[in-house]
Amino acid sequence: MSPLRKLVVSTALASVLMAGAAQAANVRIALVVKSLGNGFFDAAHKGADEAAKAIGGVEIIYTGPTTTTAEGQIDVINALISQKVDAIAISANDKDAVVPVLKKAMQRGIKVISWDSAVAPAGRMLHLNPSSNELIGNMCLKLAADALPGGKGDAAILSATATSTNQNTWIAEMKKQVSKYPGLNIVTTVYGDDLSDKSYRETQGLLQTHPEVKVIIAPTSVGIVAAAQAVKDAGKIGQVFVTGLGLPSEMAGAVHSGATKSFAIWNPIDLGYSAAYLADDLVKGTKAEPGAEMPIGRMGKLKLEANDEGAMADPFVYDKSNVDEFAKIF
Amino acid sequence: MDTPENTGPDELPRRFGPIASLVRRELLLVGAVLVLLALIAIRFPAFVTPANLASVFNDTSILIIMALGQAAVIITRSIDLSVAANVALTGMTVALLNAHVPELPLLLLVALAFLQGLVLGAVNGFLVWKVGIPSIVVTLGTLTIYRGLAFVLSGGAWINSFQFSAGFLGVPRAEFLHLPLLSWLAVAVVAATTLVFDRTSIGRAWFAVGGNPTAAVYAGIDAGRTRFLAFCFSGLLSGLCGYLWVSRYAVAYVDVASGFELDVIAACVIGGVSIAGGIGSVGGTVLGALFLGIIKNALPVVNVSPFAQMAISGAIIIAAVTLNTRAERKGGRIILRPQVAAIPAE
Repeated sequence: MSPLRKLVVSTALASVLMAGAAQAANVRIALVVKSLGNGFFDAAHKGADEAAKAIGGVEIIYTGPTTTTAEGQIDVINALISQKVDAIAISANDKDAVVPVLKKAMQRGIKVISWDSAVAPAGRMLHLNPSSNELIGNMCLKLAADALPGGKGDAAILSATATSTNQNTWIAEMKKQVSKYPGLNIVTTVYGDDLSDKSYRETQGLLQTHPEVKVIIAPTSVGIVAAAQAVKDAGKIGQVFVTGLGLPSEMAGAVHSGATKSFAIWNPIDLGYSAAYLADDLVKGTKAEPGAEMPIGRMGKLKLEANDEGAMADPFVYDKSNVDEFAKIF
Repeated sequence: MDTPENTGPDELPRRFGPIASLVRRELLLVGAVLVLLALIAIRFPAFVTPANLASVFNDTSILIIMALGQAAVIITRSIDLSVAANVALTGMTVALLNAHVPELPLLLLVALAFLQGLVLGAVNGFLVWKVGIPSIVVTLGTLTIYRGLAFVLSGGAWINSFQFSAGFLGVPRAEFLHLPLLSWLAVAVVAATTLVFDRTSIGRAWFAVGGNPTAAVYAGIDAGRTRFLAFCFSGLLSGLCGYLWVSRYAVAYVDVASGFELDVIAACVIGGVSIAGGIGSVGGTVLGALFLGIIKNALPVVNVSPFAQMAISGAIIIAAVTLNTRAERKGGRIILRPQVAAIPAE
């Protein structure tokens, strides 16, 4: 441990210890994030605080390393173990590297859950996925149908690389569920390799070869931005809409230009909120096992599947009405 | 070296030799481009409409500009792998400046992009010249450093379209005589590079150093300094492309132009620039870039599977290199060859 990091960790430790002494009766839940200073996680912290207030008697310790490294998280977790927190909710930088230290935490009676980015099953009691492949596939179709007049028309998918596992899973889910949206056709899938120039060119190609396509679904944050720019440069705003998964800060321009009506991504506030609720559930004695349904406050219930994993909710939809507000956060 | 009286008459056959064969090679490339266009037109006729060809040229402009810079470096028997990282870092710098200080005039930002690109290129050149590290090692190192710096500058965050000023995004898109300014910039860089290659002493020095470094030294050319200037030239053009790239795709992030250095080198190689140095031309490089640009733009519309796309691009590059190495064996297009010393005996 470098002297600087030692200082940072021990200062954090000292301040947390003092805070802990003041409110000793509280359930103390540590929200360990990939790195500090990231808007996405700051938003999750907001959600966790909201949950703490709703539950009552819960104190959130928001912490994490300054860079996204597993070593940094291990230092932080060791500090949390010596503080004897009640629960650790972590978004892991490496799914395996943090397992030994989290096992140590569980041996000392600390409840451990992972959220957002998973820890291997041996190192946690449950994992909270922001959404499920099924829900994401369905959401992409719903957004496409919403962009089309009467929900009818042709759509094309702009993916990342042809070998990307999560993209292919989502595309397969879309194709499986498209029958739920009569009139919506998926005519083709193109691959932008998560490079802005290739995605831009593939979109230009799509506009030429498939003039009947009225909506482009890009479930990738690089692709959706490039597609929106290509549609704008081609002067097709209002004729072709771009939707999919993207971040509000990156998509605000596209929403204002009209190239995109709405798009989706998981809501980090809800995610932090649910993580805090789940950690508290475990502290209060709920058992995490496949099939269990755990209450997560205003978000309803989390149903645990195989490997004690559960999906929180539909991705959250952003449009003109809320994109600016969230663009400031992440 | 030759006595002054001898250089005059000898100059003619030596200069005509390379020019004639380069012209042949460029005609061959023009033919290849036309065949390619014809093949695409069979599957998708709308591709060869003038409007679409203009848009393909516009899309290829950045590649053309960067390939010309790279050609200068390769001609001096070096290679610059850091060009795409230079684009990312310079693009990020001007993007951050524009996002945070929108009142800065665009001309100043473009001047700054040139300057920063030049400095980054000069760092490469300096390490090759004064420290004597092989260029592939130097630029492999600076490639990571420049991208790393782009991360440090931005903290990993994206600069997005709505953060840019209207002029920053709009100027390269502004149309003048039916072509966007971006295309005209490429035309201007082609013209300027032609002048540098054919009409300046430094341009001739690049060819001399690449053709035969030992003879170049005897002719009074400082090989190290010549390479240094080639890296500066490549950096300068990459810096300009940093701004152009960010403006074209309206987004700046650390991975911008990731892997693009390989496209740039491929364009040079297809265009007949010899990896062994000393051979190359502006026309060939431009045609090489256009060839690659046409393929990149056509593959999405002719409905080829994404797996086949990569294989096709790779196969074309290997074919071009094979043609090049065979052409080089014939020799006779390098100025200042080892035989120079024997010529006065004629």
